[in-house]
Amino acid sequence: MSHLAETFAAAKADGRAALIAYLPAGFPTPIDCVPVIAAMVENGVDAVEIGLPYSDPLMDGPVIQTAVDLALKAGIRIGDVMSNVGGVVGTGAPTLVMSYWNPIERYGVDRFASELAAVGGCGVITPDLTPEEAGPWIEATDEHGIDRVFLVAPSSSDERIETVAATCSGFVYAASTMGVTGARTSVSSSAPELVARVRQHTNLPVCVGLGVSTGSQAADVAEYADGVIVGSAFVKALLESPTPGEGAAAVAALAAELAAGVRGNRPAGVRS
Amino acid sequence: MAAVTQTPEQFDLGAGPDSAGRFGKYGGRFVPEALMAALEELDAAYRVAIADPGFVAEYDYLQRTYTGRPNPVTDAKNLSEHAGGARILLKREDLNHTGSHKINNVLGQALLTKRMGKTRVIAETGAGQHGVATATAAALLDLECVIYMGEEDTVRQALNVARMQLLGATVVPVTAGSRTLKDAINEAMRDWVTNVDQTHYLLGTVAGPAPFPEMVRHFHAIIGREAREQTLELTGRLPDVVAACVGGGSNAIGIFHAFRNDPGVALYGFEAGGEGIESGRHAAKLSVGSAGVLHGARSYLLQDDEGQTIASHSISAGLDYPSVGPEHAWLRDTGKATYESVTDVEAMDAFALLSRTEGIIPAIESAHAIAGAIRVGKRLGPDALILVNLSGRGDKDVATAAKWFNLVDSATIDSTSEVVK
Ligand SMILES: Cc1ncc(COP(=O)(O)O)c(C=O)c1O
Repeated sequence: MSHLAETFAAAKADGRAALIAYLPAGFPTPIDCVPVIAAMVENGVDAVEIGLPYSDPLMDGPVIQTAVDLALKAGIRIGDVMSNVGGVVGTGAPTLVMSYWNPIERYGVDRFASELAAVGGCGVITPDLTPEEAGPWIEATDEHGIDRVFLVAPSSSDERIETVAATCSGFVYAASTMGVTGARTSVSSSAPELVARVRQHTNLPVCVGLGVSTGSQAADVAEYADGVIVGSAFVKALLESPTPGEGAAAVAALAAELAAGVRGNRPAGVRS
Repeated sequence: MAAVTQTPEQFDLGAGPDSAGRFGKYGGRFVPEALMAALEELDAAYRVAIADPGFVAEYDYLQRTYTGRPNPVTDAKNLSEHAGGARILLKREDLNHTGSHKINNVLGQALLTKRMGKTRVIAETGAGQHGVATATAAALLDLECVIYMGEEDTVRQALNVARMQLLGATVVPVTAGSRTLKDAINEAMRDWVTNVDQTHYLLGTVAGPAPFPEMVRHFHAIIGREAREQTLELTGRLPDVVAACVGGGSNAIGIFHAFRNDPGVALYGFEAGGEGIESGRHAAKLSVGSAGVLHGARSYLLQDDEGQTIASHSISAGLDYPSVGPEHAWLRDTGKATYESVTDVEAMDAFALLSRTEGIIPAIESAHAIAGAIRVGKRLGPDALILVNLSGRGDKDVATAAKWFNLVDSATIDSTSEVVK
């Protein structure tokens, strides 16, 4: 069983969902990225997605756009992404890369998959790649034992869900809502139905992302999904912290709140 | 009339796209899954509509009575002596309502929006011509309209911002990235993925995911159909060269398409060379770019060694885009069309020359095609017949040109753009 599969199995055995956190590589700064994520893992994050900073992030809202711009301005390259992945793997959390398609295609699909495997990365999430265009990527990920995660959305037909789920490995990423990344006051009501539809076509874990930012929302999602993915809320906490030290404390606290949430514990006094 | 010696099978630019929306290895659909349902719906609605005589009649009626088609071909006799004596014909898309070719595509997609039962259109715009055309069609057909425009472009095309607002559209200046057309497209995509139920993304060129490249070509193909017939009527033969400027590539594909089975006709696209290829500040993706994926399709792209988009530069906002429609990538690779670049200086010289010799002030985008035609004319000499797509008029560019040629002191211009911003 892969490290990622073990993580989902362990969470399931605990009767809870897994907590998956996203941060862009090289953010909040090239040297603080891994220590900050280590603090998140210590506080209950089960698996990590490292974003590959890209010039045209059209699935991302303003918060992640800002972070990615900072990382690009700091000169982050794919080699740095790989070394951040290696660093995070060292914390013991299974680590994936989240990347738009063009950087992977340009780098070389086989080269990308093999270098990721070499640093211990376990998978790649590709938000703008559909199974129809994924031929060479499927071969490369199979060859190097890398999980490939595609997205389904509330607008996906059952036919498409079947195709996407059959192409995924590791887990299926269910976008909770129609839209881009960013915190929302409530997680869309279309998410539970979407997860139920995905389960009709696969036994893979189904994780829900887009818009989750609080422990209470995490608790809601954990009732029907195998994993809860949180990105913008962590990024925002770091952007709003004057120093990396304060940032690490802020994301650690948020990780702890979300980790309680995926265990069904809502912050005191909050009912969704 | 020139004899057509090859059969369509031997020389058919219309071969693409295939059922996956690909022109060779280019094109396709690289989009968030959330948009796939909308693209499938659009694809189906488009195919049903263009086979429906009612839709076709409504579109043709608007093109005749609203756009003002057919527009003429003008024999640019005075320009000829500056172009090696070659005879130059101008296809006058500048005379269309709203001032450019963009309206051809906009009317088609706006009617399609109505048919799909959607109530809102969004669009990106660079020069503002596509935004103006979209705002116009939205006013006519009672659609809500939001236009995304890079902040830099809202300044250099300030008059068009005011025009869109007068037409009832909301103009959103985009401050991300390079603040030009590419970033406006990113923002329009984000809006679309969020509001796709009620919203159609009225993409303004032959780029983007399938079916956009094919659909936008379909609505612009009227340019070449008319021009081919008009050229035959006027000269008794087909042109040796068909020339157009290339931003995303819609006016070029529009005029090229009718000549796809004419082996004696050379197709030339002119992209923005900006401050020169060596300067690195240009938009010459077909000349010096490489294959990559941006905005939903694989095509030629200005990118670094790790796939990050390199910002383009051009004095012309409408050509200032780092990628291009996938069919052009395919035409380039197969040698069925030739692409060259034209610098800001060459384009502005042509802008002035056409204004003075023919009394036609072209859009700066179209001035690139004029400059290219002059260059090719000098190569081919006096026997050559060159058909140029004059894709738009230069009213929107008067402030830029006045500044370029030092016609007014720049303080006046700056205060003008302040007022209409
Ligand atoms: C007059 C004119 N010509 C050309 C273009 C470039 O677009 P395309 O290459 O799609 O024709 C524009 C775009 O704004 C334009 O306004």
